[in-house]
Amino acid sequence: MKKSRRNFLKFAGLSAATLCFSPAAGALAAGHGTPHPKPNADQLKAKRWAMVVDTRKLNTDEAIAPLVKACHSIHNVPDIPGNKNIKWLWAGSYEETFPEQPNNFPSEDLERRRFILLCNHCDQPPCVRVCPTKATFQRPDGIVAMDYHRCIGCRYCMAGCPYGSRSFNWGEPRDNLDLKALNKEFPTRMRGVVEKCNFCVERLAQGKLPACVEASNGALTFGDLSDPDSEVRKVLKENYTIRRKPALGTQPSVYYII
Amino acid sequence: MQYGGKIITGLIIFLGLLCVPLLFNTASTGNAAYKQPKLELPKDEKKCIESTEFMRREHMQLLNDWRDWALRDGQRTYVNAEGKPFSISLQNTCMKCHAKKAEFCDKCHNDAAVSPYCWDCHIQPEGLSNEKK
Repeated sequence: MKKSRRNFLKFAGLSAATLCFSPAAGALAAGHGTPHPKPNADQLKAKRWAMVVDTRKLNTDEAIAPLVKACHSIHNVPDIPGNKNIKWLWAGSYEETFPEQPNNFPSEDLERRRFILLCNHCDQPPCVRVCPTKATFQRPDGIVAMDYHRCIGCRYCMAGCPYGSRSFNWGEPRDNLDLKALNKEFPTRMRGVVEKCNFCVERLAQGKLPACVEASNGALTFGDLSDPDSEVRKVLKENYTIRRKPALGTQPSVYYII
Repeated sequence: MQYGGKIITGLIIFLGLLCVPLLFNTASTGNAAYKQPKLELPKDEKKCIESTEFMRREHMQLLNDWRDWALRDGQRTYVNAEGKPFSISLQNTCMKCHAKKAEFCDKCHNDAAVSPYCWDCHIQPEGLSNEKK
């Protein structure tokens, strides 16, 4: 080729264009071959998960027990006699549930009612703020989750949680579990970590509703709080609901129909 | 050298003692070289999620990534180098094929004298027995 100014400019231009496009072409070609994670195809999605408890339907220890059993059996939660018990889901009286809204002469019905209690998955979770290792964290969908791999058992989160939703494993939890009846799809915990309800993230990822909601015969409603047409928003619109300890500003995601 | 004889004899005895473990090892096994443990591989599955070399070298890093992806990022499907999807789960994916922890994980880990704490919480496919504490 003749070494002319024209040819030199052509060659330079072509080289510059190749340099510009080669990274994009490389990325396109490699896109298929690079291993990567992605969300499950059948997962349930929300901007903020929430639960509404209808305490008119669900208000006795006998009615709450099967829900607790469903939760504790699939999550391998031990039942330990005494004050070292582990609880993800449990029951409490009106006074225990709503200590900020006392009434010296409540109706007989309300006085007798038992309320199902669980982690409130607060919008402003104090447990997440105090955790020194970020073992507990808030997911983008509002669920306050725990990474047991990282928990060092300092129990700051238990001090931070105003709802007593967290339990500490004082001993080896497997010592108090029926090891033959474990759910082999879910791990247990180990000595020295804190645990709590996880709003069944592992079930939501498979497109299933939380175990307690499934077992509740409609007394519990679960859905996306940010979606005005969702089931929970409909129930909240139609009923008078309260939340636990509202003055603390934690903005719980669990609502109680009274 | 003033005490040459004694020093050299001493040195030879010292070197001899130093080599006893090596010689003993050769004599007892007949082969000084380290033997790779024989793992029990799954019968009905020929291919792991990635190549054997990759799994051998990188499985610990992969498990670390899997944990963070599933737990922290909520991304529970792993797409491998061939574009095939797998559910991210130690108990429900890895151990469904490698159904005997004692014949797979433990073999190399015992040889290499490492004790990962996976099974403090995760349930091994063999199950747990109430007697073993």
